[in-house]
Parts: sequence; structure tokens; C-alpha cells
Amino acid sequence: MAFFRTENISISFGGLKALNGVSFNVRKGEIFSVIGPNGAGKTTIFNCINRFYDLDEGAFVLEDRVISKIKPHEVAEMGIARTFQNIELFKNTTVLDNLILGRHRRRRSNVFTEIFFSPSVQKQELESREKAEEIIDFLDLEAYREQRVINLPYGVQKTVELGRALAMDPKLLLLDEPSSGLNVEETEDLSFWMSDIKEELDITILLVEHNMRFVQAVSDRVLALDFGQTIIQGSPADVLSHPEVMKAYLGEEDVVA
Amino acid sequence: MKTNYNEDIRLFKYRSTFFWYLALVIGCLILPLLLDEYLISQLTFICMYAVAAVGLMLLTGYTGQISIGHAAFFAIGSYASAILTTKGVPFILALPAAGILAGIVGVIIGRPILHLTGLYLAIATMGFAFIVDEILVRWESLTRGNMGFYVDPPSIGPFIIDTELRYYYLTLVVLILTLFAARNILRSPTGRAMIAIRDSEVAAEAMGINLAKFKTIAFAVSAFFAGIAGSLYAHKLFFINPESYTILLSIELLAMIIIGGLGSLHGAVFGAAFFIFLPQVIIMTKDYMPLYLQNQTGLEPALFGLLIVLVMLFEPMGIYGRWLKTKFYFEMFPLYKKDSFKREKKYQKAERH
Repeated sequence: MAFFRTENISISFGGLKALNGVSFNVRKGEIFSVIGPNGAGKTTIFNCINRFYDLDEGAFVLEDRVISKIKPHEVAEMGIARTFQNIELFKNTTVLDNLILGRHRRRRSNVFTEIFFSPSVQKQELESREKAEEIIDFLDLEAYREQRVINLPYGVQKTVELGRALAMDPKLLLLDEPSSGLNVEETEDLSFWMSDIKEELDITILLVEHNMRFVQAVSDRVLALDFGQTIIQGSPADVLSHPEVMKAYLGEEDVVA
Repeated sequence: MKTNYNEDIRLFKYRSTFFWYLALVIGCLILPLLLDEYLISQLTFICMYAVAAVGLMLLTGYTGQISIGHAAFFAIGSYASAILTTKGVPFILALPAAGILAGIVGVIIGRPILHLTGLYLAIATMGFAFIVDEILVRWESLTRGNMGFYVDPPSIGPFIIDTELRYYYLTLVVLILTLFAARNILRSPTGRAMIAIRDSEVAAEAMGINLAKFKTIAFAVSAFFAGIAGSLYAHKLFFINPESYTILLSIELLAMIIIGGLGSLHGAVFGAAFFIFLPQVIIMTKDYMPLYLQNQTGLEPALFGLLIVLVMLFEPMGIYGRWLKTKFYFEMFPLYKKDSFKREKKYQKAERH
């Protein structure tokens, strides 16, 4: 049985069919990429998983539980973490605080124990820090630990966002164009981290991406979308060389000529 | 350099910070011995308003939700405490009860309106304040309406708090406890969730933060502190009526935290001090002004207003921002450069949206 299933999902905004009967299965422990030109509906899939939008039809199933009817904040509690296309960090706080916020779903305290900062709250704070330090180690963020996110360069902010998602200890990680705006070196670091996340941390990754070289390097399987419909899914080599995919990205041949 | 995680969760980062705060508390304890009764009573007002301002700071400065209805929670605290003490409940219980009642009302009111954002939320809270005001006027059997309500000086056991000095110490203790509580919330998951909601609601939700729940908690905690401040206010003035809790009070509280500096607890206290002390300072300096200014009617409010405008123009981060810069100047002396804070400003302007 597939780890994460997307069953025949459709959603429209006004007259526009943003997603039209899209289905795919993500296996445990793989990196599954969704590609497609601008406006193909890639990010819409993520926003539907996160329950920011309601599906018109279809369902998402994580480990045999339907998760397309739960409340938005419960998606994280199911073990799904994500990053955003246009960085959504808590920018007026430090890198460390952002990472610790990833621990929110693991908290055991409530506001009444917190007012007194009771020993159990202190213990929990120490545990959160330990986890955050692991992430800092993993992503080489030592130099930025106490800095406010708003003052950091773009590439580092993207890394912090990845770290914040990892701090949640997710089962499934949704990455929305993680390589956009990164330079060559940063993109290379990212592909190493991706394989480490997959192999060492045992986290399944669903990836939306524009950078084809990056997709080819990291993905196990790829799904190509255009105008909200599936063109093809399969191995990276097959999908990227498929004529329909080329056409969706590059346009009709005779237009170019 | 930090060598273990315990150092990271301490209340005071460095030992020196702790001593500075200790010195400040001792200063606050000694200060009234040098002042006359009137000025001591002004200090009391600063502590009292600072408690309410800390509450509003948690809601507006940290959670990003604007309220211009906090006078209502202040009023609920005042009346709850006044009514309970006249019924024979000891002050030491009536004070927290006033806060808790305000907090409960905060939950009931907050839950349905907190999905509104920005000015829409502000207007909704204002509407709520109008309703409370009307109830205070009309429910005469309980509140005595516009006739007003006489309140006794509070007593803790056999100890009656009936002098300015004693009352000042009471409010100071309450303020210190309030600051401790607020600090503790802010360094715990709830406080971080509040900040997360302020900075990015979508990301907060994707992290598993229940927006409705944590906004309501912020509202309730904020109302709790406003209620406590309201109780202190009632027992200070001995007489309360609905006219003391108009929208002007709500806006003053909001102005305090903005002038003090949004997003810092220092700012809440600075803001309260600015609001209470500045009019006094203006009156005191009046004697040194040229004669034609001294005789000008309406001079004090005009100068006060002008100073507010100037603070907002030249220190958008509030008094706390100025305080940080001054501290930085002395720490870096003589290497301080005038442009040290320029970069940050430019970054803010170039921000992507």
C-alpha cells in the first residue's frame, strides 16, 4: 500500500480548473517530484494538502487515513511538514526560535504551567533546544543561531525554513521550490541534504521544483503537470525527455522556429 | 560562550543583567522615600497602567492583534473587585478574581471575533467595549449605574493599605509579578506561538499552531492583566463610575505600547511612564518658560501631543528602540558609528512581499 496517496483530486477557482483529476502515489522513503510550467497547479497541491484550500473532489490519504477533511493545524500533527515558495519564516525572531517553533506539535505544557515556567516546562525547553541544535549541526547554521531571520541572506533563510520543517520530525516533507533563488553552490549543498534527509532521517519527500537538473539529480520518480492535468509520471529520465513535457516547457516547435 | 542548554533558558542572560535589574528594583523601593505624596501616587499610576500595557503588549505587540476595547476589561476588573470586596471577599482574593473574570469574558468575546484581522478586529473590540459600557450604566442593581461605586482601601489580613506609600508598594509588587508571568509565557511554546502568528499566519498553521486557540489564549491573558490593573485602579481611586472607562482609555493603552516600542516588555513599562510622567514634567518646566508661553492656555496638552508626534517621527521603534541604541553607544564607545542602524532600515525598505 502506498505511503501517501493522492486520489483523483480536483479544485477550481471560479472558472479555472487548477487541478483536474490528478492522482499519484508516494512510496515510503522516496523523493517524489512534481514538475510543470508556471500555473500548472503544483503549489496548489501543497496548499490543498495543508488544507488552505478545500478540494472539490478527491482525497489525500496518509498511511490509510484520509487527511483531506481535517483542520489545517492538524495536518502538522499528522506528521506533514512543509516549506514555502516565498519564504514564510517568523522573521522578527532568531534562527533558534524559528527552529524551536518546529517543535510546537511536541509540546506538553499549557499556558498555566508556562506562567510559572515550571520544572516540566524547563525540561521541555531543554529538549527542544537539543533537537534544534541537531538541526543546526545538520544544516551548518551555527554562525546564524542567535541572529534575527530578517537580517539573513536569502539562501540562509531558505535553509532555516528547511530546518524548521525538519525540527517537526515529520514523516512526509513537502518542499516548494527549495532551490529557487539559490546559487550553484547552495543548490549542491541542498541536493546533499536531500539525500541525507531521505536516507539518514528516513523522511519521505514530496518536491515541487523548476530546476530540471536538480530534479533529475535527486528524484526517484517524477510527475509532470500542465494546466492542472497529469501529462506523465515515471522515472526522471523518462519524464524529462517526454515530448509533451518538452512542449509544455518550451512551447510548440514551429513557434520557436 | 554557552556551554549548556540551561544557560539558554535562564531568565537573565548574564549575571550582570540580573544585578542591573536587582539594582532597579531596589531603586524603585527607595525612590518614594525621596518623593512627596503626589509624585508617589504618580508612580503608582505608572505601575498600574504598565500592568495593563503589558497585557495589551502580549496581544498587540507579540500576537499582532489590535484591540481598542481594553478599557472594557479594565472596567470589568474594577467592578468585579469593587463588588466582591463590598460583599466581604478579601482583597487578596478579589484581585486575582477580577483578572480571571476579565480573562473569561476575553475568551467568550475573543473566540468569535478573532478570525477578523487588523483594523476590522480593532473595530469589533471597540463595539464590545461600547456594550460593556452600556451594561455598566444600565445594570444599576449591580453597578449603581452613573451614580458610581464607592470602594474601600484594600487590606491584606489585618494590614490596611491606606497610604500612598503602601499602595505604591502593592502596585509595584503586582507589576513585577506581571512582568515575570509575561516573560515566562514568552519564553515558552505559547509565547513563541503568539509571535509566530504575528509574523506569518500560514506558516504558523503549517507548524501545527491552532490559530483560533492561540489567538484566544493571547486575548484572555491580555484581558486578565487588564482586569488586574482595573482592580488596582478601583482601590486606588476609591470611587468608580462608567465614565472612567471610555474609548479614550483604550486608545491611551494602545498609544502607550506603540510609543514604548511594540514587541518588547520594556516598551510597555516605558510607554506607561511616558504617558504619566511627561505631563508632570511639562508642568514642572513651565516655570522656566518665557512668560507669554506660560500664560498660553492649553499649553500642556499641546506640548504633550507634540512630543508624541516627535517620538513617532524620529523613533518609530519607540522608546525601547532609543534605549537599545543608547545602550549600544556605551557598549561600543568609542567605536560607535552613527550609521550602525542604517543597514537595518534599508533592509526593511527593500523587503520582498
